[in-house]
This record gives sequence, C-alpha cells and structure tokens, in this order.
Amino acid sequence: MFARPQARQQILLTACLVGIIVIFGCFNPRFFNPDNLSSIVQDATETILLAFAETLVIITGGIDLSVGAILGLSGIIGSLILVALTTGGYGLVLALAAGAAGAMLTGLAIGLGNGLMITRMRVTPFIATLAMLGIATGLTFVLTNGVDVSGLPSVVATWGNTVFLRVLTVPVVATAIIGIIVGLYLHRSQFGRWTFAIGSNARAARGAGIPVSRHLVKIYVYSGLLSAAAGILVVMRLGTGSPLEGTNDELNAIAAVVIGGASLFGGVGTIFGSLLGALIIGTIVNGLIVVGVQPYWQTVIIGIIIAVAVMLQERGRARELA
Amino acid sequence: MLSLKNIGKRFGSLTALDDVAFRVDAGEVVGLVGDNGAGKSTCVKIISGMFQPGSGHIEFDGKPRVWASPHEALAAGIETVYQDVGLASHLSVDANIFLGREMKRPGILGRLGFLDNAGMRAAAEVDTRRIGIRLPDLGASVGDLSGGQRQAVAIARSISWARKVLILDEPTNHLGVVEVEEVLRLIRRVRDHGVAVVLVSHTLPHVMAITDRIVVLRLGRVAAQRITRETTTAEIVHDIMGASEAEITAHTR
Repeated sequence: MFARPQARQQILLTACLVGIIVIFGCFNPRFFNPDNLSSIVQDATETILLAFAETLVIITGGIDLSVGAILGLSGIIGSLILVALTTGGYGLVLALAAGAAGAMLTGLAIGLGNGLMITRMRVTPFIATLAMLGIATGLTFVLTNGVDVSGLPSVVATWGNTVFLRVLTVPVVATAIIGIIVGLYLHRSQFGRWTFAIGSNARAARGAGIPVSRHLVKIYVYSGLLSAAAGILVVMRLGTGSPLEGTNDELNAIAAVVIGGASLFGGVGTIFGSLLGALIIGTIVNGLIVVGVQPYWQTVIIGIIIAVAVMLQERGRARELA
Repeated sequence: MLSLKNIGKRFGSLTALDDVAFRVDAGEVVGLVGDNGAGKSTCVKIISGMFQPGSGHIEFDGKPRVWASPHEALAAGIETVYQDVGLASHLSVDANIFLGREMKRPGILGRLGFLDNAGMRAAAEVDTRRIGIRLPDLGASVGDLSGGQRQAVAIARSISWARKVLILDEPTNHLGVVEVEEVLRLIRRVRDHGVAVVLVSHTLPHVMAITDRIVVLRLGRVAAQRITRETTTAEIVHDIMGASEAEITAHTR
C-alpha cells in the first residue's frame, strides 16, 4: 500500500512545498518569520481537515461536495447552542460541551444523509453531496439571516488562538492528532484496506464479502464528522460563528487531495499526501498576500496548480500502463 | 451438498432464469454450459449471493437457504471465482487473497482493527506454495500482473478458502495451454479434498476433460443434464444449440 511510486511522489511534493516557501521568502524575507510560518499552518488547519475527509471519500471513488457547507452549518449550530446556553444561565462547561456535540451531530447527520442517498437511493456521490451542499448552506443562512453569531464566551477565542511552544495552537495540535489517527486507520487497519478495495473494484470487494454499502455510509459519516470538527476549529480561531465560513472550501479540499496524489477514479491516495497538498495551497494563499499580489489571483493560481498536478499524474499513470 | 430448486430470475421484462434445478455433491465436478445469454453467470451469482433469486431457493447441506449477500455464502463455505469481477487491482497479491478476511494483530491493536500484514504475507506464501502456484512477488500490485497471473491469484484465493463449494466462472479464459493445465490440475485437487465444484465454461474440451456431470442451460432453462463419460461433445453442442443441424440450416436459408 506504501508503494514506491507514492513515496517518490511525496518526496517530490515536500520538495515543491520547500521550493514554494523559498521562492516567496526571496520576494519578502518576512515570509520566513516563524510567526508567519505558524500562521500559515493555523490558517491551513481547516483545509487540512476537509482534505482528510475528502481523502477518505475520494479513495472509495466518490466525492463529497458538502464538506465546506458542513463546516459552515456545524460551526453555526455549535455557536447558536453555545450562545443560547450561556445567555440562558447554564454553566460554561455544559454550554461548551453541548455546542461541540451539536456541531458534531450536525456533521454526523449530514454525512449519514449523504451515505444513505448514495447507497440506498443510488444517487451518484456528485449529485447527492451537491444537494447536501445546497441544503446545508441554505440552512446556515436561514438560521443566521446571514449575520455573524456573536457573543460567544471569550474563552473560545482564547483557546483557539493562544500560541504555546512558539508555534503551536489548540487547532494545530488537534489537527495533528486527528491526522495521525485517520492516517493510521486508513493505512494500517481493516477499515482502510476495505476503503481502498472498494475504490479499486467495488464489485470484487462485494464478492469478497465486504459490506460495501455499509462501509460507504461510514465513510460519508466520517467525512461529515471531520468537516464538523473543522467547523469547531474555525469558530475557535475566529471567536464568532460566521455563516460565510466554508464557502467554496470543498474546492480547496479536493485540490489538496488531488495534488497529494489521490486518483479521482478511486483506489489511490494517502493522508500524508493530502496534508502536503493542503499545506502547499495554504502556503501559496499566504505567500501571495505577503508578496502583495491582489487576492483575487489566488483561485486562478490554485486552479492552474490543480490542472498541472492532474496532468502530471495522468502522464505518470499512462507510462505505468505502457 | 448444494441443490438449486426451481430458481427463477427476471431483470425487468427479461427472464434470465426460469425453473432452473440441478445439484452438485461433495467431491464432484459439475459443468455448467450454454450459449452466451443462456443464464450461466446469473446462475453463478445466485449461488454466490451476489443476486437473490426471484423465485425458488437453494438447498445447502439439506436446508433451504437464500443468501442475502455474498458474505453469507462465503461464511457458509461457498467460494466463487467470478468471470467479469476480478480483483482489487490497486492492492497487493496477499491483500487480495485475504480481502474481506484479513488477519488482525494480536491483542488490543487487533481489536482496534489493525492488520497483521506480516502474518498475512507469510500465510499467503504458504498457501500459494501448497496449492502449487508460482507468483513473482506477493507484495506486487495485482494491476501489475499478467492476465494469467491475475487468474492464478483469483483461483488461489478461492481454493485456499473453499470448504464446501467452489464455483469457477470461465476460469480458463485468456489463459495459455500450460496455465490451463495448471487450473485443471487445481480443480482436481480441490475435488479430491471433498469440495463440490461448479465449472462454468464454454470451452467444451476442458469441460469434457474434468467434469463428472454436465448441466446445459438454454435461454434460462435447463435443456439437458448428462453424465460426462456417457455423452459426447457433439451431443452437448446439440443440447446447447437446441436444434438439429437440419433445423439450423433451414432457419438460416
């Protein structure tokens, strides 16, 4: 599963990441500042978590367009619960726990909806999750009228932004721990083996006695849960619930996974590759700002990178087949 | 061992199988033959739990059973090598051999679902050697193997797990002469171990060489059942076509 071509690809991606950092640093030495590098990682945590979610789904040969919308809705629902309970005079711990639980349940429910639509109603993943993207985004605006949810206890932003050991924050550490757990499960456990098998050949997987439908439902539920976790971390970083968070984030997540070496046809992908992909995107976004490029160029440049990454991979695959 | 009782299956307005009944006993090889579209593969997929019968049922070890999924058939000891399904080409040879039945690490790690990859590699090496299949590297991706090697992996996988029934759907397709001999030798071995074998094939010389009985399907129905040593290839061809030479020539004229 850790085939040699993938190891080579990840070394190449790491070199790309270092190269990008060096190039931006040449334009503006302030880029090398540890605070700036740390803020790149902090800003990237949401893309990284969404990319982990998307990696699981893409390895099965599916796609989840609703990850950004889940991030937005779960953050809003968590914030609303938290504000309602604290203003209602409930204890802070209870309010925080209920808010986090509400956010995670939102992710679970939407992921379950995706999974059931795809396996029971035979809706293609693209359409099922596109429908969920619409539903979740709509609900986010219905619940907020498009206005930020403010009045969250200050402890939220304090936990979300306090830097310790010079570069670490709670969201960064949480993302690292989640990454290690998801990576181990995907690459070392039976759950992961089945995930790759389904993406490689779903009929063979079913023939081998793997409960394919049940496994796919689990995958979309995990995708929802990871997206909801990203929603919680975003609220912690901002200190408010913003209905605009998560918008178009699925595109960066998919881009990160594809840059990281996963195949949209399924059966191929790694958590580490997706992490590198998300960091490359985060570095470029940050670097363009530091260098002073008009921010509207970001999506143009990321689009070009996706096209080049996919082109290089397809050429590599064609050479393997030849 | 395994009996099909009046199995029927429809796909929309198409009747794939109609009142199909035959049985296969332990230590016996039954050939299932017929023209394209006669219902052989549908029949295989019903025995293996991939499809559920529209009517009728399967009797296994004397009890009526209907498999809700391939998992239930596998658990009962029925292994299948599918013609058109293949393997997970991105996974290694040993991962495919153990697919769906992975070995887990001992202790708490195993209970958390962590795989014993070294154990599976070692067991796969023993299995492939015992069966007598030579493969270059069990760690290679199945997608990098030749067609014959892939078929060998699929058969090795099923043989090493088959306890009661082994179903082979066109196992000799796309194979060279030496590889075909190898597959036929493996089938005899499994049969000698008391496994009931169903061989689906349109290559009649292979069917005549290895089966004890032959079931002929035509247009979704059992057209004939014959004992192999009491019949001839010509007779089987006639059963498959369902018409005498004269009728065919009259029709084409």
